Amino acid sequence: MKRFALWAPLAIFALLFAVVASGLFRPAEKVVRSAMVGKPLPDFALPAMVPGKPGLSSASFRQGKPRLLNVFASWCIPCIAEAPQLMRLKAMGVPIDAIAIRDTAPAIAGFLRRNGDPYERIGSDRASQVQLALGSSGVPETFVIDGRGIVVKQIIGDIRPENVPEIVQAVKDAR
Amino acid sequence: MRVRFFIPLPLAGGARGGATSRLLAARTRHALLRPPPRAGGEVLAALLFGISPAVAQPVTPPAHYANVQLADPAKEASARALMETLRCLVCQGQSIADSDADMAADMRALVRERIERGEKPASIRDWLIARYGDYVTYDPPLSGLTWPLWLAPILLLGIGSWIARSSFRRRTR
Repeated sequence: MKRFALWAPLAIFALLFAVVASGLFRPAEKVVRSAMVGKPLPDFALPAMVPGKPGLSSASFRQGKPRLLNVFASWCIPCIAEAPQLMRLKAMGVPIDAIAIRDTAPAIAGFLRRNGDPYERIGSDRASQVQLALGSSGVPETFVIDGRGIVVKQIIGDIRPENVPEIVQAVKDAR
Repeated sequence: MRVRFFIPLPLAGGARGGATSRLLAARTRHALLRPPPRAGGEVLAALLFGISPAVAQPVTPPAHYANVQLADPAKEASARALMETLRCLVCQGQSIADSDADMAADMRALVRERIERGEKPASIRDWLIARYGDYVTYDPPLSGLTWPLWLAPILLLGIGSWIARSSFRRRTR
């Protein structure tokens, strides 16, 4: 009993050290994942962002075919980085719609002119309210929505070339 | 494995205040959380200093209720109380009431608009938890994961009183 009491502080210290060290070497994920994955897309109807392209409502995600929902903005730098990947996905036949966060028509038109336009529809979310309803915590984010309007996958941050196959697979699986 | 940089976000948002914190908070909207692959110091430096900060901020003004109080003081007080217990999602160490981040402003507008419409603070909190998980609230609900938070103080109080009792007993002997 006395021997145990002698070693207990050292044992507690070792345990605490291990906990702290593991936190140092494997820091916690700093992204906030949406709790909407696996749930139906919330109802929304957003006005058109740019002339000549329709706005976006949740009804267009319930037409039997999976689609991508890209959350982006003209003022977002990683959105420029992911643009080529979105163009590639479009070329592969993946339909992509978008929500533009707190943006203006001229700024988005310029962004699409510079970086390509992979979108079928773009809704204007002027106060980020649909973004909040989606559980999205920044731009860019991309959601894979199945044909019944259920969110099946969330990609946080810019889509990298190595992410493209997993997205294509998710869209295929959502059919 | 992807290279990740961790900026002490609460420090970046809290200690400096004013315009700097707002710029930092705006750019942490994923921009710094996931830098390009094979990113070296120069990429981080470019992100921090090279790119014009104005580019990384929304081009539209914040919603009306982001920085404007509700007309009814009682409603504003209950909105304020709720905002102080909701976490800013981009600065992560601050409540949305304290944060200068654009997304926190959007969340304040959401809270005030719903309170104005007569919604209960608890239902707004539940709405946000359904979207962001328990992480979004500083007032975590009792669940399988959080029960030690609630139970530990009672347990420690019990142990403390037991130690106190036995040591007092020894002294009186």
